[in-house]
Amino acid sequence: MTTLAIQAYRLHLPNTARPVLAGVDLTVEARETVALVGESGSGKSLTSRSALGLLPTGAGTEGTVRVNGDDVLTMTGDQLRALRTGTAAMIFQDPRAAINPLRRLGDFLTEGLNGRLAAGAATERAAEMLDAVGLPASVLGRYPGQLSGGMLQRVMIAGALMGDPALILADEPTTALDVSSQAEVVALLDDLQERFGTALLFVTHDLGLAAAISDRVYVMYAGRIVETGPAEALFNRPRHPYTAALLASTPRPDAPGGRLAAIEGRPPSLREALTGCPFAPRCPLATFLCTQQEPALLAVEAESARRAACHHSDRTGANDG
Amino acid sequence: MRKTVLEAVGLHRAYGGVQAVDQVSFTLAEGGALGIVGESGSGKTTTARIVVGLERADAGRVLVHGQDRTEHRRGRAHRLARARQVQMVFQDPYLSLDPRTTVEAVLRETLRLHFPGADHPRRIAELLDQVGLGPREAGALPRQLSGGQRQRVAIARALAVEPAVLVLDEAVAALDVSVQAQILNLLADIREQTGIGYLFITHDLGVVRCVTEDVIVMRQGRIVESGRTAEVLAAPQHPYTRLLLDSVPRPGWDPKAIAVARRSM
Repeated sequence: MTTLAIQAYRLHLPNTARPVLAGVDLTVEARETVALVGESGSGKSLTSRSALGLLPTGAGTEGTVRVNGDDVLTMTGDQLRALRTGTAAMIFQDPRAAINPLRRLGDFLTEGLNGRLAAGAATERAAEMLDAVGLPASVLGRYPGQLSGGMLQRVMIAGALMGDPALILADEPTTALDVSSQAEVVALLDDLQERFGTALLFVTHDLGLAAAISDRVYVMYAGRIVETGPAEALFNRPRHPYTAALLASTPRPDAPGGRLAAIEGRPPSLREALTGCPFAPRCPLATFLCTQQEPALLAVEAESARRAACHHSDRTGANDG
Repeated sequence: MRKTVLEAVGLHRAYGGVQAVDQVSFTLAEGGALGIVGESGSGKTTTARIVVGLERADAGRVLVHGQDRTEHRRGRAHRLARARQVQMVFQDPYLSLDPRTTVEAVLRETLRLHFPGADHPRRIAELLDQVGLGPREAGALPRQLSGGQRQRVAIARALAVEPAVLVLDEAVAALDVSVQAQILNLLADIREQTGIGYLFITHDLGVVRCVTEDVIVMRQGRIVESGRTAEVLAAPQHPYTRLLLDSVPRPGWDPKAIAVARRSM
C-alpha cells in the first residue's frame, strides 16, 4: 500500500481569488524519499501539513489525502490524534521554535506516548531513539537552550521516531543549520530510513539538495505540481521552464562568477484569479496558448516516469547552467 | 593596482574566555568585493559588526581611506561622518525597517539627517530607481511589500548616504532563489555604477562565487584561508574550505562522508 497518496487535492481559503492548492497529485511509497520543491507561497508546506490534517482555519478541501489508506481529511479528532502520535510525524525547520524551551527534552520526547506506554517504558524508548540519532541518554534531562541547533534538530528527529511512524514529513529540516551540519542531518535521516523502512517526504526550496537526497522530485508553483520525475533526470534536463529557471538562478560555487539568469517578476498573488498557465507571465517560452489554457500535468514523451505541465515541454532545453 | 578603501588590522574580540575574533586582518580594494565565509560561531558576523562600529574590538584597527574609525571620537558630527563611511544591510528586512514608516519617509529621514538642505525628492526618486522600485512602492509600508522589495528598500537606505563601503550580512539568505538572483544582480549593477566596495558576509559558497572577487574563510575566529574567490573555490588549500565545498548538495553527493570528515576536524 502507498504510504502517502494525495489525489486531486484542492484547498480553498477565505478571501482569496484562487485555490491555494489547485489539484495536487503526489505519492510516497514505503522506504522512498520524495522531495517537494517550491518557493514561498507555492503551497509545498500546506501540502505536507495536510498529511497530518493540519489545515489553516476556514480551509475548504476537495480530493483525498490518504496515509496508509485512510483519508486524513475525513478523520475525527481522536483519529487525527492517533495519526499524529503514531502513523505520521513531522520535523519542522526551526527546532528552537518547535520545542518548548521551559521543559526538559525527556518531556518533549515522551509526551506523545502518554497513556499509551507506562512512564518507564516511554523513557526507555526515548533513550533508545536518542541513541539512534547519536545522542547520549543524558540529553533527556537537558533543556533545549543547553544544546546546539544541530543537536536539537537530532532531538526533534528522535521525537519524530518515537511513535514508530510509517511516514515522516520533513519541512525544511536543514534550512536553519550550517552547511556541514546539514550534511550530518541528511546522513542521519538516510540511515534511519534504511533501518526503519519509513517513507520520507522532504520539503525544501533547495533544488540542489532535493536532487542530492531524493529518489523522486515534485516541483510546485502557484499551488500546482508543474513537474515531477526521478531526481537526477529532472536536475540534468528539466522539462518545465520554471524548473529550468530555478536551476539557472541558483548560485553555485562551481559556476563561473558574475550575473545570474534571474527570473523576472514574481509568483502570482492569491488575490488574482489565474487564467492559462500560472507561470506564463514570467516564462521565456510563453505563447498565446499559454495565456488561454492551463496545461495539464502529462507524461513527457517516451519517459513515462516524468511529467510536466507545460505546452512547450519539448522545447525546454538541457540544463547548461 | 586599485587603492585600498577598507583595511582591518589585527582585529581581536573575546567574550568571556572565547576568542570570537582572533588576529583578523584583510583589505578591500576601492570598488572591490570581499567575501567572508564561515559557519555559525566562525566570527564572521562579529567581524562585520566591528567594521561597522556596532561592536568594539579589544585590539586592532579598522581604517577607511587610511583613516582610523576605531578610535571613537565623541560628538554628533563624528558619529555621522563614521556612518557615511560604512553602511550595513542586514539579513532580515522585516526586522531592520520600522513597520510604521513608509519607504519614502525612511529615505527622507536618512537624507535629512545627513544632508540637511539638499533636494531630497529628486534624490529619493533616484535611489528608488536605482534599486528598481517605483512610485507605487514609495508610499507603501514595509508589510505591504514582499521580502525582496523590502531588501531593496534596505539597500536604498544604505546607499542614501553614499558610503564608501557596504557591509552585507547574509543579505540574501532569507530570500527565495528567484528573488535572491534578482537582488544579487542588482548588487552587481550598483557596484558597477557607483564604485562602492562590498564586504559580503555569507555561509553560501555559491553566493560568494557569484558576487565577490576575493574571499576569506573563517573558522573559530581565525582566518584559515584567503585568496581570489575563483582560485580558492577551484583549488581549496585548507581542509576546512574543502569540507565546506563538499557540503554543498549536488547529485551524487555523499552526506555520510562529510559527516565523518566533519567529526574528525
